[in-house]
This record gives sequence, C-alpha cells and structure tokens, in this order.
Amino acid sequence: MMDLTVIWALIIVFAIFAYVVMDGFDLGIGILFPTFAVGRERDRAMNSIAPVWDGNETWLVLGGGGLFAAFPLAYAIVLPATYPLIIGMLLGLVFRGVAFEYRWRDPAHRRFWDSAFTGGSFLAALTQGMILGALLQGIDISGRSYSGSWFDWLTPYTLLCGIGVVAGYALLGSTWLIWKLEGEGQAHARRLAKLSGIATIALMGAVSLYNIFLNAEYAERWLTTPEVYVAAPVPILTAIIAFSMIRAIRRDGNSKPFWLSIALFFLGMAGLGVTMWPYVVPPGLTIWDAAAPERSQIFMLVGVAITMPLIIGYTAWAYWVFRGKVSDEGYH
Amino acid sequence: MLEQFDALLLARIQFAFTVSFHFFFPAFTIGLASFLMVVEGLWLKTGRALYLDLFKYWVKIFAIVFAMGVVSGIVMSYQFGTNWSVFSDLAGPVVGPLMAYEVLTAFFLEAGFLGVMLFGMEKVGKKLHFAATCMVALGTFVSAFWILSVNSWMHTPVGFEMGANGQFLPGPSWWDIVFNPSFPYRLVHTVLAAYLTTAFVVGGVGAWHLLKDRTNLHARKMFSMAMWMAALVTPLQIFAGDMHGLNTLEHQPQKVMAMEGHFESHPDGAPLILFGIPDSEEKTIRYAIEIPKASSLILKHDLDAPMDGLDTIPDDEEPPIGMVFWSFRIMVAIGFAMLGIGVWSLVARSRKRLYDWPVLHRAAVLMAPSGFIAVLARWITTEVGRQPYVVYGLMRTADAASPLDTPAVATSLLAFIVVYFAVFGVGVRYILKLMGKAPHAGEYGAKRGDTGPIRTAGITPGPTQNPGHEEPLPGEKEDA
Repeated sequence: MMDLTVIWALIIVFAIFAYVVMDGFDLGIGILFPTFAVGRERDRAMNSIAPVWDGNETWLVLGGGGLFAAFPLAYAIVLPATYPLIIGMLLGLVFRGVAFEYRWRDPAHRRFWDSAFTGGSFLAALTQGMILGALLQGIDISGRSYSGSWFDWLTPYTLLCGIGVVAGYALLGSTWLIWKLEGEGQAHARRLAKLSGIATIALMGAVSLYNIFLNAEYAERWLTTPEVYVAAPVPILTAIIAFSMIRAIRRDGNSKPFWLSIALFFLGMAGLGVTMWPYVVPPGLTIWDAAAPERSQIFMLVGVAITMPLIIGYTAWAYWVFRGKVSDEGYH
Repeated sequence: MLEQFDALLLARIQFAFTVSFHFFFPAFTIGLASFLMVVEGLWLKTGRALYLDLFKYWVKIFAIVFAMGVVSGIVMSYQFGTNWSVFSDLAGPVVGPLMAYEVLTAFFLEAGFLGVMLFGMEKVGKKLHFAATCMVALGTFVSAFWILSVNSWMHTPVGFEMGANGQFLPGPSWWDIVFNPSFPYRLVHTVLAAYLTTAFVVGGVGAWHLLKDRTNLHARKMFSMAMWMAALVTPLQIFAGDMHGLNTLEHQPQKVMAMEGHFESHPDGAPLILFGIPDSEEKTIRYAIEIPKASSLILKHDLDAPMDGLDTIPDDEEPPIGMVFWSFRIMVAIGFAMLGIGVWSLVARSRKRLYDWPVLHRAAVLMAPSGFIAVLARWITTEVGRQPYVVYGLMRTADAASPLDTPAVATSLLAFIVVYFAVFGVGVRYILKLMGKAPHAGEYGAKRGDTGPIRTAGITPGPTQNPGHEEPLPGEKEDA
C-alpha cells in the first residue's frame, strides 16, 4: 500500500498540518487582537509573530501548490466547488498580511489596520474551516469537474467546522502568547487560552459526532468492529491531551500549553484522516483517482527529499533566533 | 455588450488584473533584494556607514513591497484552480511540479530568512545577517526561474506526451520541460527588466533628493549606482529583448506579426512600422510611418527576406492585434528612453556634473516608474500575443476555464478590484512617504515597536549637514 501516491498524500497532509499549526497561531493572535490593550500589549503580541508569519504562511502555498502538483484533479475540483470561500480566504489573508507592515507606517490609522488584521485573520480562519467542512460533507463531481452549484458549501455543518477552526486557532494563538509574554499580557493570554481551549474541545466533539451522521461510510469507520479498534485510540488520546492541556494552561508559564494544543490539533487531523481515507474528495474521488503520473511524483519527491530537511532546518533556526519572551522594544 | 461579459471573459479579466498587480511587486523585489545585498556587502567590505544607512533606508521599503508581493502571490497560486480548473487538471502533471519546486526552493528561502533580514541584525551579527540577505535575494531569483519556466512552457510546450484522459503528461526528460525553447530568453529578459525597474526607482529617489540638496551623500550614492545600472544594463537588455524577439519569431510567428503590425505578407522585404493605428476590421495599419525593408533586416538580417503576415493565419488563431501592437511599442520606447538616460549619465559623469545637472535629475525622477510600465507592457505583449491559446497551439483559453456561474466570477472580480486598489494603493502611498524622506546618517531599519524608548531616540539629522559621519563631504570627483 505504501506507493508513491500514498507518500504524496502524507506529504500534503504534513504541509497542511504544518500550515494549520504555524499560521494557526498567527491567525489566532489576529482573532484575539481586539482583546489586547492598545499600545504595549498589542505591539508585543504582534512583534511575537512578525519575524515568522511569512514563513508560516508559505506552508499554505505548499499545501495548495503541492495539491496542484501531486493531485491536480482534486485541486481542479475542490477549488471551483468552494470558490467563494477560497476568494474570501485570499482576501482575508491580504488584509492580515499587509497589516503587519501598515500599522507601523501610519500611526494615525493604526486602529483601522488593527481591525483589518483581526477581520482578515477571522475571515481566513472561518473560510479555512468551512472549506474543510465542504470537503468532508462531499462534493458533486461529473466527469473530471465539479458539478454542483456555487453555494453548495453553505450548510450548518460547514459553519460549525468554520467556527471550530476559529476557536482552535484562537487556542493556538493564546497558548503561543502564554509562552512569549510575561506579566499582565501573559495572564490575559491564559484567560483567553482557557476559554478558547474549552470551546475548541467542545466544537471538536460536535464536529466528530456530526461526521458520524453525515455519511454512512464515516459512521462505519467509527462504530463497527474491527474498524473501531484502529479508530478508538484517537478520541481516547484526545481526551487525555485535552485534560492535560487545560491543566497546563492554568499552571504553566512557558511552552507546555502550546505544545499540548498542537498535540490536540495533531489528533484532530488524525481523526479526519481516519474519517476520509482513502478519499481526497469524498465521496467519489480517491487519492489514486486524482494522483499525478509517476514521473511527476518522482520528480517532485526528489525535490522534497533534498529541500525539506533544509527548510525545516533554517525555519527552526529563524525561530531560535527570536526565541524567548518578547521584550518591550520589540525586535530591533 | 453585456452578454459578452460571460464567465470566461470575467475570469480572463480577473487573471489579467491580479497577475498584473502582483507582477509589479516581484519586479521590484527581485531587483531591490539584490541591491540590498550589494549595499550590505559593500558595508561589510568597506566599513562605511553610508552603505548601512542605504541598506536601512531601502529595507523598510522592501518590507512593504515584499508583504504586498506575498499576499498578492498567494492569490495567484490558488487562482489556477479556482478559475482555470480545466487547465489545472490537464496541464497540472507538467506545470504543477515546477510550481511545487518554486515553493520548495524559493518561497521558503525568502520567507524563512526575511525575518532575520528585517529584525535580526543585533541578534545574529553582521555576517549571518548578510547571509540571510543573500538568501532572500537568491530566493527572489530562484522564484523567477521556476515561474518563468512554467510561463515559458505555456508559450513553447515541449517534452510532454498526451495522456488518454486528455492530460499533458511529462515525457522522459524534465530537463526538456524546464529548459523549454523560450525559457532562457524570457528568464534573462525578465530578470534584467526587474534590475532595471529597481535601478530607475532607486535612481529616481536619489535624483529627487539631489534636486532638494545636491550635497546629500546618500542620495549621491544611490543616484550614482543606479545610473551605472542604467548605462550598463540597458544595452544588454535591448540586446536580450532582440534575441527574445527572434526566438518568438521562430516559435510564435503570429505574435511577431501582431507586434510588427504585418497584416499582409511581404515577399521581398517587410517594412518596419514605427507608428500607425492598427485597424483589425480592415486588416490594415492606418497612417503608418514605416521604414522600408527594415523589419526584414532586424528579424532576418536580410533586407529582401520574405516575411509572412497575418493573412497567412486563420482569423480564429490570431491574437488581438491592437493590444500587442501598442504594448510592444510602449515597451520599446521606454527601453530606448532608459538607454538615453544611461548615456546622458555617462556624459554627466565624464563632465563631472553627475550630481550637478538638475535637468538630468528631473528626467530621472520622471523615469522612476518607467520600469513598471515597461514590464507591464512586455507582459501584455507576450501574454496577449499568445492568445487565443493558453498552452500555445494546443489548448485554447476558452477551453481552460472553471465551470463557474457568471455572478460568482463577477463578484470576485469586483472584490479583487476594490480590495487591490484600496490596499495596494495605500501601500504605494506609504512607500512614497518613505521615499520622500531624505536618506541620512543613522537611518533606522525595519524595526518596530515605537512604544519603547529606542524609537524616540532615533532623531533624524538634517540632510544638509553630514553629522556623525566619519567622512568629509567629498568633491565632485566622488564615485564619478
């Protein structure tokens, strides 16, 4: 079963996971930005991600570009099917991205760009969750293209997924800030982390339950033997991680809450993997249906094998350079 | 009229709009990253604080342009799927991997080292910081390499096999695909264009501040460096453009016919039409001013060489002639204007008047945005000239679009237009504001956080003096 197509599916999943976690905390800080006091608190929150947001966002390009390259048919079906969501996400990311620079260049309009930072982050997170929801609830295909209408993606389920991702990103953002801030800022981040942590866990549970009713095939994965033996460890581990995370948010002043919230996301992704496998576009298109030819897969795999260790290396170095608590002056 | 605005036309307008906007930013950052690398390298080599000031002056501008390039670039990477899904499905196996390589080898490199380049000087030290700047500059170039390979393949598709499902499948050699016939010419022409675009912006800013204060050492240095680029690179660029044109003649003859305005075939020597008004209905150039046989001389190196015209091409395979004809002339005119400035600067240098010739400085200010116009005109020439195909000769643009409803595309196009003009318009204003400030000793870089005490200490010395500077004000001989 471990053919090139499976390897490529794992690479895409890895890229999406890296994106969700890394840009997740950037977007989460954007979502929570209005709750921070104008001035020092906001500046510090922003400065804690200013050197790394751009690299974090690049994983989204790898996720999209990788899908285009490795599963072109899936890319060609999912993007038209979720057209308004994709456009909304892109425009949200425009506002979020430029706000990093603009707010410092124009103190007279800083409040406006702070709102753009929050609005853009919220919109990007919501639409990303809804795209995930639209994929899980299934996409109509005829021949080699999308055959539904341009509002099929709008359902209560996709909205639930959207809100779930907003809460999850807020959790990542607030636990990141517990790590990077001190004093009153950190105490504030802790309160936010508790709220968003509880919301994330509740919404994860709600989406998981909804999945079982969404599609008979999904239900089979989770409710019948022997499949349930493969699937069961995921919710059990999730419960354990969720419990330790809430404890750590209360007590730990360093990186532990952040790592545990990443673990929570990892288990969420694993659960989705169990649910979706082996489809890339449920209900009809498997990863093998959508895969690029072997020559494309091999050519890119060589590139990934050479560059990915380097990318991870210099990304880790960039994080290392800006390690520690954010000081008053920001990064100078 | 209104029914012509179908989903296809709207999708084409949307792609043209978003890619044109996007292309301004990398056209500037490719050159600016290299310029920053050079001035930082000169600072490390000579130890002169002036170079560090220049670095810090331009890195603030670079940060804004780069952010705009990133956010408008992500739009591009998704738009292939949202609006051109049939193209993505069928050409994905060939062009997808090249774009994946762009992400892996360029985007991560730029983005990964950008944080250190902007904020990390005091954290990592001079040498590692310089290495980070080099990596960002390298990333911008590698990005151009891959995306132009993709673009070139769409103009000169080779090295593929047709799959049973209608997909373009890669042949045995990726080398053939990556280094397709138009790629080397396009790469050289585009990268030189980016360098020239930057040089004229830097030169224009330098000239602007020289007009206000001709003793400003920083403005002098900028202007001098930019004028060297104008004088040395513009002739190379004109030569590269000519080579690219000959390559196009070989592979896409009807594009060259449209550029030249040759509606008719010329069996014994084609004229070079300098100006005129193309009339596609009547298939003629009105009010043409032409040099007999010169087009044959330029393109075939023979006065009497026969040249085919658009009369040899079926009407439904012709590109829109007017746009190609005009945009080509705009590009060439700007190219020669740039050459004029370059030559003028050499004359000024030899007369030791480089910093003391206000008319030259005014001309340089006027020419500051010329690179962007030329780059856009070049883009229109080559891309409109490829029509009606998206993959030249093989896949029509009309067959490549996503199955989207017209209102969906109309809404997104409107949203892009409003947001881009608003957001990037504001960004350009911030850039102009930064450019309007005279460069001076003790520049601060892209650091931020003006709540702390450090920013308030960053007083700006008047540009007329040279305070805190280890060097005396040099005479006119400086760098000439």
